[in-house]
Amino acid sequence: MLDQYISTGDKDTRSGFGAGLLELGENNPDVVALCADLTGSLKMDAFQKEFPDRFFQCGIAEANMMGIAAGMTIGGKIPYTGTFANFSTGRVYDQIRQSIAYSFKNVKICASHSGLTLGEDGATHQILEDIGLMKMLPNMVVINTCDYNQTKAATIAIAKVENPVYLRFGRPKVPNFTPENQVFEIGKAVKLSEGNDVTIIATGHLVWKAIEAGRALQEKGIHAEVINIHTIKPLDEKVILNSVKKTGCVVTAEEHQMNGGLGDSVAQLLGREYPAPLEMVAVQDTFGESGTPEQLLEKYGLSSNSIVEKVLKVVERKK
Amino acid sequence: MEVLNPTLNPSKLSALDTVEKLEQIATQVRRDIVRMTHGASSGHPGGSLGCADFLVALYHEVMKHNTSFKMDGKEEDIFFLSNGHISPVFYSVLARSGYFNVSELATFRKLDSRLQGHPATAEHLPGVRIATGSLGQGLSVAIGAALTKKLNRDNHLIYTLHGDGELQEGQNWEAIMFAAHHKVDNIIATVDYNGLQIDGASKDVMSLGDLKAKWESFDWKTLEMNGNDIKDVIETLNKAKEMTGNGTPIVVLMHTKMGYGIDFMEDNYKWHGVAPNDEQLADALSQLPETIGDY
Repeated sequence: MLDQYISTGDKDTRSGFGAGLLELGENNPDVVALCADLTGSLKMDAFQKEFPDRFFQCGIAEANMMGIAAGMTIGGKIPYTGTFANFSTGRVYDQIRQSIAYSFKNVKICASHSGLTLGEDGATHQILEDIGLMKMLPNMVVINTCDYNQTKAATIAIAKVENPVYLRFGRPKVPNFTPENQVFEIGKAVKLSEGNDVTIIATGHLVWKAIEAGRALQEKGIHAEVINIHTIKPLDEKVILNSVKKTGCVVTAEEHQMNGGLGDSVAQLLGREYPAPLEMVAVQDTFGESGTPEQLLEKYGLSSNSIVEKVLKVVERKK
Repeated sequence: MEVLNPTLNPSKLSALDTVEKLEQIATQVRRDIVRMTHGASSGHPGGSLGCADFLVALYHEVMKHNTSFKMDGKEEDIFFLSNGHISPVFYSVLARSGYFNVSELATFRKLDSRLQGHPATAEHLPGVRIATGSLGQGLSVAIGAALTKKLNRDNHLIYTLHGDGELQEGQNWEAIMFAAHHKVDNIIATVDYNGLQIDGASKDVMSLGDLKAKWESFDWKTLEMNGNDIKDVIETLNKAKEMTGNGTPIVVLMHTKMGYGIDFMEDNYKWHGVAPNDEQLADALSQLPETIGDY
């Protein structure tokens, strides 16, 4: 079943964001875009060129950008802010908390270069805490997309809900395997395979790693139910619980700290509703470092091999 | 005055001229401020009293606004209070302009109230468009709203109020730079230049230096006024209005006295965030005759 997922070529998720934003520009006159001196990195330059009156360069001043975005909603605009994930969250947490989340403003906080796969820039820029920061805020929707097509679809879909949204994506080129014209439903998990032995719940760049792991496990006679959970908040509890009731154990996989991430949300859910053995593929309470994306995923235990190892462990714990 | 106020008794004021009427309303607002903070045993009377004249003039004379509140504020002037801790004066002026019934002022800072300690939108209090309290965020929001007015081809204006101590927050200077760069010329910002903050005089806590020169060096047009003189407030804001639409944002440095109108509170930073006790309330109210009726 997992064999059906074929990459149509490597593409970066941030380019999916840029393409989605451009399409929104054409179809929704209320969409405006703001950037803090990273227009090229965020792939917002096409929107800027096509819709200069609806693009606002904020300079290297992210706190102000968040406030400007919050204010622009008053009168009906739908602002998309673009900068790196680090500067989209931790740097401006209080601005998001007060002016956007608590004030319930329809701002779309779009964050590129999240996680370790930012690569060579190192730990100053590799935020691994942003999902946690954002999911703790009441009113905030948190989305972490896995490939170009899904990021483009999510970028377009979030304009249709009047809600603050954190949309997280990344820098490197990764396999593009989800359908080109998919319908992106916020809060709906996508089951990629049926299996009875283990549930693998992955988000972002680690969804492809989970597919690779699922294939390797198949060869070992372990049938994994792989779930692509692009929305971390609200969490699709029904799909997760139904799967775990069938498989009896779970591995979560994410490019984020173990504390506060997807695994943490799944652990809370299982603790409340259906206790089951759980292993987490995530960064273990440490900062990152410089290196290539693949080197870093390997060193920090976020590779497909790491997922396989955790699955073998969690399946053993079922017995 | 653009709004008809169901909570006012206009017959009591009909014989007075505009400034005298507004002074009477401001006196009632000051009574509200001390009664609200006394009732809550907390809150911020000092800055509230100092800004009462400005906000009364703004809402009753200067702004074109609609008391049947809509969040999007289209086709009307919008005011943002950035220094959210002076919520007592904001709530009182909103109620006495007709946004909600004055009786609700008695719920200030109490459980299940729409009148939160600092202004918030979550409880849907008419007149509040953004949560403020964590300082330094209001100017950015106001500039954003001003940009949307431009995109919507809505010629109405954005007004703001900021504490002078609040300008120590760096985000303000990001916003000030942004507004000049993007020629946001439909905004009139106001600074409550009372020179005091919680820990003492601003010159001692963290000097603001030459504030006028700072704004001007960021390419804003500056005006100054006495914020405790309603005639001066109206004249200066009308002048500011005439200066809009010329490619430059405008700021008014408003000289006020913290605690203005109550002798023992005046110009004393200790009244920044302390409520009056029973005796102090009685003393304060004896200095502020009831004009259009207590809530």
